[in-house]
Amino acid sequence: MAILIDKSTKVITQGITGKTGQFHTRMCRDYANGRACFVAGVNPKKAGEDFEGIPIYATVREAKEATGATVSVIYVPPPFAASAIDEAVDAGVDLVVCITEGIPVRDMIRTRDRMHGKKTRLLGPNCPGVITPDELKIGIMPGHIHRKGRIGVVSRSGTLTYEAVGQLTELGLGQSSAVGIGGDPVNGLKHLDVLKMFNDDPGTDAVIMIGEIGGNDEETAAEWAKAHMKKPVVGFIAGVTAPPGKRMGHAGAIVSGGKGTAQEKLAVMEACGIKVTRNPAEMGKLLKSVLKA
Amino acid sequence: MKIHEYQGKEIFRRYGLAVPRGIPAFSVDDAVRAAKALPGPVYVVKAQIHAGGRGKGGGVKLARSIDEVRTLAGQILGMQLKTHQTGPHGQKVRRLLVEEGADIAKELYVGMVVDRVTQRVVLMASSEGGMDIEEVAAHTPEKIHKVFVDPKAGLTDAQADETARRIGIPDASVPQGRTMLQGLYRVFDETDASLAEINPLILTKDGRVVALDAKLNFDGNALFRHPDIVEMRDLDEEDPAEIEASKFDLSYISLDGDIGCLVNGAGLAMATMDTIKLYGGEPANFLDVGGGATAEKVTEAFKIMLRNPKLKAILVNIFGGIMKCDTIAEGVVAASKAVSLKVPLIVRMKGTNEELGRKILAESGLPIISASNMAEAAEKAVAAAKGR
Repeated sequence: MAILIDKSTKVITQGITGKTGQFHTRMCRDYANGRACFVAGVNPKKAGEDFEGIPIYATVREAKEATGATVSVIYVPPPFAASAIDEAVDAGVDLVVCITEGIPVRDMIRTRDRMHGKKTRLLGPNCPGVITPDELKIGIMPGHIHRKGRIGVVSRSGTLTYEAVGQLTELGLGQSSAVGIGGDPVNGLKHLDVLKMFNDDPGTDAVIMIGEIGGNDEETAAEWAKAHMKKPVVGFIAGVTAPPGKRMGHAGAIVSGGKGTAQEKLAVMEACGIKVTRNPAEMGKLLKSVLKA
Repeated sequence: MKIHEYQGKEIFRRYGLAVPRGIPAFSVDDAVRAAKALPGPVYVVKAQIHAGGRGKGGGVKLARSIDEVRTLAGQILGMQLKTHQTGPHGQKVRRLLVEEGADIAKELYVGMVVDRVTQRVVLMASSEGGMDIEEVAAHTPEKIHKVFVDPKAGLTDAQADETARRIGIPDASVPQGRTMLQGLYRVFDETDASLAEINPLILTKDGRVVALDAKLNFDGNALFRHPDIVEMRDLDEEDPAEIEASKFDLSYISLDGDIGCLVNGAGLAMATMDTIKLYGGEPANFLDVGGGATAEKVTEAFKIMLRNPKLKAILVNIFGGIMKCDTIAEGVVAASKAVSLKVPLIVRMKGTNEELGRKILAESGLPIISASNMAEAAEKAVAAAKGR
């Protein structure tokens, strides 16, 4: 079992004709190991053509109707990425994974507002994507560091997710799914949403939740976990040393008005029964320590 | 991106927001000319730097004659203005705004930011203007009135009027308050602002609602559609190292410590800084090289870090991911040679071809210290920086 995606998922790539879209679609298709998961691409100007055998359609709706795909992944450049999300939402896919980094916040406010009452879930933007090891990878994470297993991983950061996954794999702990929710201030799925999914997933035994400075998503998730989570959760928050008022690379990683500090998040998580470490080299070890022998 | 108060007021004027008459000045003569063009007899000479708290720091002064404007402009221009936002060294004042004096009856506060929880723009308004709003938020949060704006409808008449009344704008002036608040939302929305703040917003004795200050920050990701705002950028107000880094698509922030960090990915970069601190060291910077740690990028990153005279060691932490460690190692070796690196270099690489990468580092003839995980890398970097 896993969350969000598995080997039967069919995926559309928006931005399949760009360099990034092509590179990662190829890598993801290779990871799917012969299963026809990447079934369509979208580009209005290249409809009827194909990318290495993957047919290209003019719109997401056409691609979805022709192939039965339920997930769309977006590698479209930032000025056009929010409308690419809108198109996928209007076409009624179940999940949109938006990899694109650098989308204006104003565009995302409008896109998120349009999504109210729609069934589509959004992962990202500015995220590495989601992987269910040995089944399907949608996004830009390196597939080879993952192992199939029973640990859930959710994080706002890309490489820090890989770091956690790498540590787990080295300790012999595979992953059920690893989800990167992205580093933008206005985004789709939050830590809370992903925790709920892991809680309901019989294939997940425990979860690593990795956060960073800015906002209060980690606190909200921790409060929920305290009351509802049936599985152990461990955590790490990046940015203890980050100075206030400075945006640390990610658009959402900023301590403003004294809010969103790593110390505050760590304290709330601990108060909610989540074991935390201040040493990112020990995320895997900490998770291992909470598993039932 | 930040701009100066006088530039913010130019934008306000374009949107029909009431601001005092004022003219920017880059020299004492400019300031005198500006004052002569204003009605007088009271003038305000305001230091223009990208930091708040200018009044408390002595950067905003009242003048009652043209001569006094001359004297004050001479004092303020060139001073190192220290405020709670500038750091201990202060910021050099290079620009002034000379304004007409205002007849203040009440000082109010309004600000707008994006609220992450509701994913909407939030208008925050308070009757407690002129003060540090973070203090108000901390001690008397009930005095801050919040309104969340529906992106389809904008700030409605009803929302604007209620807000105006709540912060103590009298009925007769509510229409002016509405114009101000709705105008501010239009500015925020149409310029892709990330922060819009008027502190103080004033009510004059004759009942006018006027923006006495203007603070605007913009979403860096949206600047591509605002060339006019990009032109307002004042590089004198920014950290030269950060400007240099941005030319090479490196995300860099100067810090106070002595261990330089070069990492791929923002989260891992923060985590690396945290690990250094955990092992008793202090990071000299945040540096995210992004997805591609090429020889060229690493070389530029090294050059930028080496400008810091305090630098005692460099820690490179790369999670190879899709990029192969041998490629990264070659980049690091080429960069070290290109800058003839003198400080100890600690490298931790992870991912594909890790062994091959380490072999390249070991055989390079350079005194590169390898580490197999983040903790070990941080420990070695801290030891190296302390000369052990």
